[in-house]
Amino acid sequence: MNDTIEQPLAHAADPAARSAAAIRLRELCKTFGRLVAIDRVSIDIQSGEFFMIVGPSGCGKTTLLRILAGLDAATSGEIAISTPRSDRPVNAMIFQGDSIFPWMTVWNNAAYGLKMRGVATPVIKEVVGHYLARTGLTRFADYYPYQLSGGMRQRVSIARAFANDPEILLMDEPFSALDAQNKLLLQEELLRIWEEQKKTVVFITHSVDEAVLLGDRIMIMTAHPGRLKLIVPVPLPRPRNLMDLQKAPEFGALVHRIWSSLREEVLRAREQEDKEAAS
Amino acid sequence: MSLENAIPAGRRRWTMSLRTRDRLLSLASPIGLLLVWELAARFGFIDTRFFPAPSSILAVLGEMMRSGELATHTFISLERLFWGTILGGLPALVLGIAMGLNRIVRAVLDPIIAATYPIPKSAILPLALLIFGLGEGSKIFMVAIGVFFPVVINATTGVLEINRIYLDVGKNFKANRWNTFWTIALPGALPVIMTGFKLGIGIGLVLIAIAEMIGAKSGLGFLIWSAWSTFEVEQMYAGLFMIALIGFLLTVGLNELERIIVPWKAEAGA
Repeated sequence: MNDTIEQPLAHAADPAARSAAAIRLRELCKTFGRLVAIDRVSIDIQSGEFFMIVGPSGCGKTTLLRILAGLDAATSGEIAISTPRSDRPVNAMIFQGDSIFPWMTVWNNAAYGLKMRGVATPVIKEVVGHYLARTGLTRFADYYPYQLSGGMRQRVSIARAFANDPEILLMDEPFSALDAQNKLLLQEELLRIWEEQKKTVVFITHSVDEAVLLGDRIMIMTAHPGRLKLIVPVPLPRPRNLMDLQKAPEFGALVHRIWSSLREEVLRAREQEDKEAAS
Repeated sequence: MSLENAIPAGRRRWTMSLRTRDRLLSLASPIGLLLVWELAARFGFIDTRFFPAPSSILAVLGEMMRSGELATHTFISLERLFWGTILGGLPALVLGIAMGLNRIVRAVLDPIIAATYPIPKSAILPLALLIFGLGEGSKIFMVAIGVFFPVVINATTGVLEINRIYLDVGKNFKANRWNTFWTIALPGALPVIMTGFKLGIGIGLVLIAIAEMIGAKSGLGFLIWSAWSTFEVEQMYAGLFMIALIGFLLTVGLNELERIIVPWKAEAGA
């Protein structure tokens, strides 16, 4: 059962390294009382894959991510996350909205995961220094979050997650609070940093454009209950130039395809909400 | 050198001095009040038997300082205030944060605190005298009781008001209990806890004065009380002045302390 591999990846340069699923979900369910948030979701996410999840609001995508992060427990089903290196944390999450500690400087925020793991100070210095440089925050190392813009605060959050060097990165609509320009800049930065090590990423978004720009595969979820509807591979080459990509016809075709599938779900979810409100 | 450069620079200096301006104003207002009082006493607008001029109070104050009398009483009161704050504040801090973090601890302790909090602290003095006698114990206990409640309540509220996302981050980055306390709960609740300490020390000051009036042979409360019984009005004011000064300096000091230990809070209005 273990060797069933789904679609091959567009950018799979080293097939041997990608043969194992980094994350395997089987029949995963999560209920809150009578409400079914996630209904029998089974997926394999390959090691090094940039996996996107889109779905209407209330489809349980945040719940799914929180289960992967170990913040919530699944009601039933199986989760297997491969951990080839025991010295490495399983995951690091980049949260939606402000999640960096207001009482710590940029440096201490970025170093948080490493400090909690008791990593030696010289290593922390090197790793944090590297990721602050990669996110353009070196100059702001001693600043407190209140002195930074929203975009910069989210950069700190990205640096904190990458610095912790986890097996998988979980991102919960990390750019949804940013304006369009900042969003594009941070998406480019994220891809640049990701290209260094190609960690497994599970990325939730409500933006179809973002899903196509960043992802290797896109999972579309249905709402109430949250089910897997469709997985769409994104056969666009990497490294990607997001500016150029947005003008490419393949990009438009993919966005159209995903959006038409997603649209049905959004409309269905809205209908359901109307019905519930009426009853 | 151009005008475009000069204007923003000037603006900047003005904003930078806001903090200094606030500090200067907070020093100037009590001095202004004393000035008005002095003039009113000199020109006979107020009865100097009850409201002696600040200058004559100052003369008595100087005399008492030279004799060392005032310093002795002030030091004793401060010592009691200090130990009361430590003995009441630290357990309150730990309990309050534990209550904020842990639902069970909260469920157990909340009703006890809610039931005892409304008792006027001064009404406990006879009980304190009964239990701890006329010595230091009863005074320190009174201050401790006064500091305990605001700190425990504020520490609980402070932790409960920490955005849940920060606790999730701690969990996600595998912070253990100890680290959750030191890196999230305590710093996150610190601004609210500081408010609790300010309130508590203010109440402690009130209680120490009352406690020293009734069951003591030393301290500023005793000084004021004995001045009343011998109708040494200036001495009474000297004692009151010292208590006011302590209260004022403590407020200023605690505000400064807050700036140092909570450097991440944006300045009010900035």
